[in-house]
Amino acid sequence: MERASSNGGEPRYAIRLRGVVKRFGPVTAVDGLDLDVPLGACVGLLGPNGAGKSTTMKALTAQVIADEGELEVLGYRFPQDSKQARAQMGVVPQLDNLDVALTVEQNLLVFAHLYRVPGREHRGAIERALRIANLSDRRDSKVDQLSGGMRRRLLIARGLLHRPRVLLLDEPTVGLDPQVRQELWALIDRLRSEGVSILMSTHYIEEAERLCDTVTIMSHGKAVAVGPPHSLIHQHAGPEAVEVYGPPARLAEVESLAAERGWRTRRTGTSVAVLHSDGTDALDGERRLTNLEDVFVLLTGEEIE
Amino acid sequence: MTRSDRRLGRLEGAALRGVIVREVVNYSSFWRSSTFSSTVDPTIYLLAFGFGFGSLVSHVAGHSYIQFVGTGIVATTVLFSGAFSAMYSTFVKYKFQHTYDAILAAPVDTEELVTGEALWVAVRTGVYGCVPMLVAVAFGLKPSFGMLLVPGIAGLAGFGWACFGIFIAAVVEKIESFSYWQSGLLTPMFLVAGTFFPLSRLPTWAQVLGNFNPLFHCVQLVRHVVFGTESVADLGHLAFLLGFALIAWRLAIRFMERKLIL
Repeated sequence: MERASSNGGEPRYAIRLRGVVKRFGPVTAVDGLDLDVPLGACVGLLGPNGAGKSTTMKALTAQVIADEGELEVLGYRFPQDSKQARAQMGVVPQLDNLDVALTVEQNLLVFAHLYRVPGREHRGAIERALRIANLSDRRDSKVDQLSGGMRRRLLIARGLLHRPRVLLLDEPTVGLDPQVRQELWALIDRLRSEGVSILMSTHYIEEAERLCDTVTIMSHGKAVAVGPPHSLIHQHAGPEAVEVYGPPARLAEVESLAAERGWRTRRTGTSVAVLHSDGTDALDGERRLTNLEDVFVLLTGEEIE
Repeated sequence: MTRSDRRLGRLEGAALRGVIVREVVNYSSFWRSSTFSSTVDPTIYLLAFGFGFGSLVSHVAGHSYIQFVGTGIVATTVLFSGAFSAMYSTFVKYKFQHTYDAILAAPVDTEELVTGEALWVAVRTGVYGCVPMLVAVAFGLKPSFGMLLVPGIAGLAGFGWACFGIFIAAVVEKIESFSYWQSGLLTPMFLVAGTFFPLSRLPTWAQVLGNFNPLFHCVQLVRHVVFGTESVADLGHLAFLLGFALIAWRLAIRFMERKLIL
C-alpha cells in the first residue's frame, strides 16, 4: 500500500487537498482547490452558496470522487484508502439524517456499530456521547420528539462516538437560534482544545471568526484567500471601515469618490462601507472595526443573506 | 494505530454487521406493520384463490387446489416482502431520510451497504415466506419435512428480489416511476409464476417467458420439496435462483454506486 505519509511517521496534515477539480457535466463545482488542515487545527471553509463547499465536504467522505488532484486525510489517499480515513473521521452533516423512529440511545448504538466501536466499549462510548450532547436525560426520547437544537447536538455526538481524530462539520449551526448556536460553539471549541482536527464549512462569518485558526474563503470552486481571520481582515479590509448612511444618491456619490481614490467599498443595502480607509477622515460616517464579513464580501462579491 | 493501518478490504464483516444492526434496530420500531402486510397480503391471496378457484378446480397437477396454492403462494411473499419492501425502503432512505449519506460517511462502502440491507430483507422473506404455507396447513396442506427447506428457498429468492428492488430504486429518479416497474414487470411475473395456475396451461410464448421468471423457479422448488417430489431438475431451479441473485446483487451495487458516489 502506498501512502504519501505513512503512519510510521505521523502525517502533518489532518486534511490536505491539492489541485482538486470536480465537474458535474458542464459545471465545475470545485476548480483546482488547495486546502490544508494541520493536525489539531480548526479550519473554516467559507463561501457563498454554490462556491463548492458542500462538494468539497462530500469529497472528504469519498461520496464525491475528484476528477483531478490529490486528496488525503490523515495521510490516507483518496479514494482508494478512504475507508481507513473514514474510520477515524466524524462527520456532522448539514442535512439531518438521524433515524427518526429510533430513540436517542438507539441512534447512538447503531452508529457505535457502524463506526466499529468494540462491543465492550459500546456502553461507555454511548454514555460519553450522551454527556457531550447533554442528552443523558433524553436518551429514551424518539428523535422526532426532540427540538432542532437537540437533534443537532445528537448529530454531533453521533459523529464523536468513536473518538475521531478528524471532524467534518458541514454548516453545523445553520437554522439554530443564537443561544443553541453558542452552546455548539462552546462544544466545538472544547473538541479543538482536546486536539481534534476540525474542518468546518459555514456561512456564518462570526462562527468562523470565533472558532477557526485559519479560514479558506472559496468562490467559484477556488480558494480565493487563506489565513488566520485577523490577518485576512488586516490584509484585505484594513483596520477600520467608515460606514456611510444616506439616500441612494449620497451612497452613489460616496462610491464614485471611493472608486476615484482607489478605496474599496461594500454596499450593504442602506449604507456603503468604505474599507482600507486611510485618508477617509473627511467622510461623514460611522467608524467601525473591519471584520471577516467585509473580507468575504470583497473577495466573493456576494453579500451574506 | 497498527490495526487501522491494515488496508480495509471489501465486504468486511464489521461493516455488514453495522448495516444489518441498523436495519434490525429500525425494524424493532415498525415490525408490527411490516409483519402485518408481509403475511396478511399473501394469506388473503391464498384464501381468496383457495376458496374461490378451489370451488371450481378440485385438483391441479395431482394436488388439491389448496395444496397447489398453499405452496406456490411463497412467491407472493417473496415479491411483497422482498422486492417491494426493498424498493420503497431504499428509495425513502436515499431520497427523504438521507440515511446513506450517514452510513457511507462511516467506514462502509456501497457494496457492503447493499449487501447488508439485502441480507436482512432475505432473512425476513425467509421467515415470512412460511406464514401463508402454515395457514395452508391449517386448511389441509399436509406437513412435511421438506417444509424445513422453504425458509432457505424463500430467503435465497428474497435476496435476489431484494437486490432487484434496490436496483429499481437506484435507477428511478422519482418514486412515481415505480409504477412502470410494478405494472410492467413485477405484476406480470407475479401472475406467471405458476402460483395460482400451472404454466403448462398458458400459450407457449408465455411458458417460455415463465421459464425466465425467478419466481417460477422459486415456486417449483418449494412445491417439489414440500411434496417430496424433488429431482435432478430442481438443481436447475436452484441454479437459476442463484444466478438471478448473483446478477441482481451486482446490478444493485453497480447502480447504487452510480447514484450514491458522484
